[in-house]
Amino acid sequence: MHNLTLRAGLSAGIGLLATSATAQQVEIEYWQYIFDTRVQAMDQLIENFEAANPDISVTQTTFPYADYQTRVVAANLAGQGPDVVQLFYGWTDNFVRGELIQPLDPEVFPHDEIEAEFFPIVSAMKRGDDYYGLPTAVRSLALFYNKDLFEAAGLDPDSPPETLDELVEYGRATIQRDGGGNMTSAGMALGNAGQDHQWWREVLIRQFGGQPYSDDGLGVAYNDAAGIAATEFQSTLYGDDGIGEIGFMDEPQAAFRAGLAAMTIDGTFRLGAFGEIDSFDWGVTELPANADGMRSNYASYFANAIGARAEGAELEAAERFLQYITSQEAMAIWLDVVGELPARRDAALTDANLADPVYAPFLAGLDYAHTTVFVDEIAQRQVALDMETRIVLQDQPIDEAVAQAAEEEQAILDAFYEDQ
Amino acid sequence: MASTLTDARPLRRGRVWDHFSITTKRVIWAWAFLALPVVFYGVIRFYPTFQAFNLSFTDWDLLRPAQYIGFENYRTLLADPEFWQVFGNTFAYLVIGTPISLVISFVVAYHLDQVRFMHAFLRALYFLPFLTTAAAMAWVWRWFYQPVPIGIINSALSGAGLPTQPFLRSTEQALPAIMATAVWAGLGFQVIIFMAGLRAIPTTFYEAARIDGLGAWAILRKITLPLLKPTTVFLVVFSSIGFLRIFDQVYNMTTNDPGGPLNSTKPLVLMIYQTAFSSFDMGYAAAQTVALFTILLLVSLLQLWVLRAK
Repeated sequence: MHNLTLRAGLSAGIGLLATSATAQQVEIEYWQYIFDTRVQAMDQLIENFEAANPDISVTQTTFPYADYQTRVVAANLAGQGPDVVQLFYGWTDNFVRGELIQPLDPEVFPHDEIEAEFFPIVSAMKRGDDYYGLPTAVRSLALFYNKDLFEAAGLDPDSPPETLDELVEYGRATIQRDGGGNMTSAGMALGNAGQDHQWWREVLIRQFGGQPYSDDGLGVAYNDAAGIAATEFQSTLYGDDGIGEIGFMDEPQAAFRAGLAAMTIDGTFRLGAFGEIDSFDWGVTELPANADGMRSNYASYFANAIGARAEGAELEAAERFLQYITSQEAMAIWLDVVGELPARRDAALTDANLADPVYAPFLAGLDYAHTTVFVDEIAQRQVALDMETRIVLQDQPIDEAVAQAAEEEQAILDAFYEDQ
Repeated sequence: MASTLTDARPLRRGRVWDHFSITTKRVIWAWAFLALPVVFYGVIRFYPTFQAFNLSFTDWDLLRPAQYIGFENYRTLLADPEFWQVFGNTFAYLVIGTPISLVISFVVAYHLDQVRFMHAFLRALYFLPFLTTAAAMAWVWRWFYQPVPIGIINSALSGAGLPTQPFLRSTEQALPAIMATAVWAGLGFQVIIFMAGLRAIPTTFYEAARIDGLGAWAILRKITLPLLKPTTVFLVVFSSIGFLRIFDQVYNMTTNDPGGPLNSTKPLVLMIYQTAFSSFDMGYAAAQTVALFTILLLVSLLQLWVLRAK
């Protein structure tokens, strides 16, 4: 207790000294959610930034992910808020509507530069003529596979499936069942509760010739032949003659991690967890192409935006800080510490990264990736999940399931856009 | 001037205080001590409760200023098929869970009361789950219910040549599967309370009954159960409120598909949580809270009336 008061007193004293010594000192606040490596990486970035900009000091504040959004909103209600804030790209509409963030000044962040230097998915931060934030790192999906199980099934562990047909073929070769017909090891660990709903929405639907949403983003567009065909294909994967079962080992990633699934689709953010696997060898490859060789991917990211309350000297400092944390240098540090892919082409597509067997498939995916403009990510995920559950548990015909999902998701979009 | 004030004040106060009777003084002291909890409760409990009523008539979404929209939230609620499904689930937890948990805990308490051998140890075993975090317990049970090869129940079924069960992956079995966890979790507490109730019944009654030649069944029916009524009433109300507010077990056992599959396990509290903290629809969530409050109030009053002393 005594120690604490002493320290508080000291820091207050130092704070006073510092402000009187350099009258121009600007303090800004950076907010993000708690995730060990992200916080460490940001600490490192702040240190570098402060060394280069002695007139600015940055404080990092973190909150648990579960109530991060609520905290940002609550702080705003109380008339406070961060100068630079991290947000999931899917929250942008809500943050803009709630006046939590302000558009980036095109003088400081020229649009042609953003569009030339970042991966195209950065467009999900654009509303009207304004960009509302820039990412440091991005995530994409890829197919993870268990080399040991491939070998045991007589497959070449160095030539993973290239197409959807091969995916099914490899799955059939690797799935294992016991005498009672219970699956004991999956060909593919799957389910929309994991990342498969993204795969279905942005990859499969496009590969079967459709598109998930209308061009203006206001309407659901998958209730057509292409959407039904994509859903039909997905349902054969977990059907009676399929290559996996929904809910096996509770979660797809758990099944893969336990060495009980030959394949699974997951994102860059899983590299940390899968990196701890030492009981078998695994590899990563691009998501399978369709019969015509067409590929797609889903990319997402956390962007950094400038808080609505920053103005004057703080705004200028916030802009400088944002420039730094979205620079090539910062992205290299982020990749190193967090393992997430750089959002700038130049930082991402280096020879070293492209030769990396793990990063390369994810990077390849970024070039043709799509980014869903979610209005309520949790609710929209639930729609895809319920569609799958109705097909599996209630034998709902595929076309009806897709139609019902489209109707439910359209209602979510309508409720959001009508409100604006 | 200053001196007259300091002189006069304690004098006058002393005089006023002296005029009070002992009883009045006691009451004043009691209220002085009670003031703190009353203020505390008023500010952190009752004020927000009234605020919730207020909020339920608005469209507040945390981001923009709230606007009064009258009974719109309640109209939406009544027309929302999800609400009625959730309402049904909540009552299923209550109507099935409460009697089952009370019967089991009474049977356990009744027999445990007669056991002398390792009595304390057995009692401790029953009470143990009550001390465990609901979240940890829910996760353990979640793994019990998994399909083979990791689910212990299905592995046993499969080993015995019986068909495996989907449990949490079924719209019919998921709710009973979760309820079993909740019943098990609350059992220890109810057993202890029942045993305290059983011990409070004077042994002279039993002796008299035995002299009159009553059998064990008649003693149970005519003496034990009637005299145990206050305990039973307390437990019925307590356990009902618990089941009506069930959340931890459901949320932790279905995190991938909260309240699923297809909302078949979702209780009202989980729906409120999702409306408020994932959709940020605070007004609508407040309306749901008012609905829950009303249900809790009515169920408690109904039970007290049905089980009232005659």
